[in-house]
Amino acid sequence: MIKDYFVLSTKNLKRRGVRSWLTLLGIFIGITAVIALISLGDGLKTAVNSQFGVSSTQLITVQAGGLSGYGPPGSFVVNPLTKEDAEAISKLSTVELAIPRRVETLNLEFNNKLQVTAVGSIPIENTQKVYELQEISAQYGRLLNKDDSGKVVLGNNLADPKKNGFDKEIMPGASVTIGGEKFRVVGIMEKKGSFILDGAILMLEPDLKDLMNDGDKASVIIVQVKNKDLMTKAQIEIEDLMRERRNDRKGEEDFEVSTPEAMLATVNQVLTGVQMFIVLIATIAIIIGTIGIVNTMMTSVMERKKEIGIMKAIGARNSDIFLQFLIESGMLGLIGGIVGVIAGIGIGYLGTLGINYFIGSETTPGINFILISTTLIGSFIIGAIAGITPAMKAARQNPVEVLRG
Amino acid sequence: MKYQKTRKQKEIIHLHDVDRFYHMGESLVRAVNKMNICIREGDFVAIMGQSGSGKSTSMNLVGSLDIPTHGKIYLDEKDTSKFTESDLAQLRGKKIGFIFQQFNLIPNLTALENVMLPMLFQNVEESERKQRAKEILILVKLEKRINHYPNQLSGGEQQRVAIARALANNPEIILADEPTGNLDSKTGEIVMKFLNKLNEEGKTIVMVTHDKNLAIKHAKEIYWLKDGQVEKITRLVGNEWRKISDCHTPR
Repeated sequence: MIKDYFVLSTKNLKRRGVRSWLTLLGIFIGITAVIALISLGDGLKTAVNSQFGVSSTQLITVQAGGLSGYGPPGSFVVNPLTKEDAEAISKLSTVELAIPRRVETLNLEFNNKLQVTAVGSIPIENTQKVYELQEISAQYGRLLNKDDSGKVVLGNNLADPKKNGFDKEIMPGASVTIGGEKFRVVGIMEKKGSFILDGAILMLEPDLKDLMNDGDKASVIIVQVKNKDLMTKAQIEIEDLMRERRNDRKGEEDFEVSTPEAMLATVNQVLTGVQMFIVLIATIAIIIGTIGIVNTMMTSVMERKKEIGIMKAIGARNSDIFLQFLIESGMLGLIGGIVGVIAGIGIGYLGTLGINYFIGSETTPGINFILISTTLIGSFIIGAIAGITPAMKAARQNPVEVLRG
Repeated sequence: MKYQKTRKQKEIIHLHDVDRFYHMGESLVRAVNKMNICIREGDFVAIMGQSGSGKSTSMNLVGSLDIPTHGKIYLDEKDTSKFTESDLAQLRGKKIGFIFQQFNLIPNLTALENVMLPMLFQNVEESERKQRAKEILILVKLEKRINHYPNQLSGGEQQRVAIARALANNPEIILADEPTGNLDSKTGEIVMKFLNKLNEEGKTIVMVTHDKNLAIKHAKEIYWLKDGQVEKITRLVGNEWRKISDCHTPR
C-alpha cells in the first residue's frame, strides 16, 4: 500500500509549479556542499599531505628565517644556515644524522627552451642516506653517486613532454644546460605525487655550490633523530643550539625547527577550518531549504483542500491523508538531495581533476555508495520532517468545509 | 420480486432528532434543526429543498461527513458517535459512494486511477483494484476513456467516472448531491438512468436536489425540507404520492 502513496505523490509532484522547485534550492545547495566537501576534502588532504613528502616521521627540518624572503618585516637579514650548523647539530645526543641541503632556483635549458626550476643538492657524504630518508628512487636510469660531478637526475614531470614545457621527452643520456653549464642526465626520479619534487633537479652539492658561487650555505638541514620518542626533545635541543649559535633571544628566532607532524597539523588545521566553514554554510542552506519545504507544503495543503475533502469522502482516514502529504514532502527533499548529490559528485570529480592537474598528485574523489545512500535517505527524512506540520494540517481538514462550494 | 421486501426494510441510515448549528460571526445558524430522516435499504430517497433549506448539511450528515451538534446518527443501526474518526472514514468508504454536483474527480489521476482510489483506502490489492475499476468503467460505458484525465473528459463522462468511483467498493448506498446540476438535460437524463438502474439492482440511492420535477420523476420517497426542518415526507404508492406522518411509519 505504501507504494501507492509514493505513486500518488509522484503524480502530485509532477504538476507542481516552478515555485515548488525553487524552494528546493536550499536543500540542493546544502547537499551539494556536503557531498563536494566530503568527496573533495579527502582528496585535498591527501594531496596537501603528499606535497610535504613526509612519510618518515623521524625527520626534523631546520630552515633559516629570511633566507627565502619569507621572514617577518624588518628582519630581512639573510643569515643563512651553514655546514657548520649541521655539524654542530649532528653532535647532539638525540641526533643520528644532520645533512645540510641546498635548494636553489636556476634556469634549465633544453630543446632551445628555458624553464626556471628548483635544484636540490645531494651531499657527497651520506648520499644513500638522503635517498633513503627522503624516499627518492629512480624510475629510469640511476640516482647520483658521490663521483657523479657534471651529472643530474630529473624529477618525473621534467621528463614528460606533456608536463615539462620543453615539448620533448628528456631521458637518461640527454644533455641539458643548467645555470649556463652543461650537465648530463643520468636518471629520472620515480613519481612522487608532489609538484615540488616531481619538478626538481638533483645535482651533487659541489656542482651546485660552483654554479651559485656563494660559499658554504645550506637552505635546509635535514635531521634524523635517533628514535621517534626523542622527537620533541631533539626539537628543543636543536632550537637551543641554534639560538646560541646565531645569538638569538628566545622568541626572536630567525630560524625554524619543524617536525613533520607539526607541519601537517598546521595544514590540516587550516583545512579543517575551511571544512567547518563549508559545513556551517551547508547547515544554514539545509535549514533554509527545510523552511522552504514547510512553506510550499503549507501552500499545497491550502490549494488542495477540496481534494483532501474528496479523499476523505471516499474513505481516506486521517492517517492516509497524513501519510500522503508526509511522503510527498519527503520526496521533495529527496529530489533536492538527488540533484545535490549529482552536483556534489560533479564538483568532487572536477575539483579532484583540477588538484591532480595543478599539483600533479593522484588522488581520487572520496565518494562511496554508503555516503550517497545516507545522504539520499537523509534528504528524504529532512523533507518528511518539514512535512509533518503541513501533513497534520491536511489530515485535520474537515471534509464538510473543504467540499463546500 | 425485489419490491416485495420493501414491506419490512432495514433502516441503514437514521438521523434521530439531529441538530447541526454553526457559528457565523456572532450569530448562531441553525442549518439543521430536530431532523429525522430514515433511509431504508433499497429505497430511492430524494432530499428536496431550496438553497438555505439545510439540504447540503443534511446530506453531509447522512453521509457521515459531518457530526451533529445534537442528536444521533445510526449507520446500520450503530451509533456513529461511538466510532473513531478513522473507523468512520473506513466505514463510509465501504458503505457509501458519493456523487457530487462538481464531479470532484482528482485532477491528476486518470479515470481508471480515480476509480481505483476508494479501494486503496480499503486496502484492496492493486491487481484487484485495477481489474474491478476496469469492469465498473465498462459498466458506465467509458472503456475507451480509462486512461484519460478529467480535463480530457466531457461533463457527462466525468460524472460517469464519478459514478464508477462511487461504485468502486460496492457500497450499499449511493449518495448523490445534485448529480445533474452541472449537466445539460440530455446528459443528466443518462446519469439519472444509471442511478435508477442501480436502484433496481438493489442499491439504496439518496439524492439531494432542489429540482422538484427531478425528485418526483425518479425517487420513491421525498423529504421536503424547509428552514432546516423536514416539512413533509411523501411516498410514491402505485401512481400516487402520499403523505407520511413521520419517518418511522411502516411503509
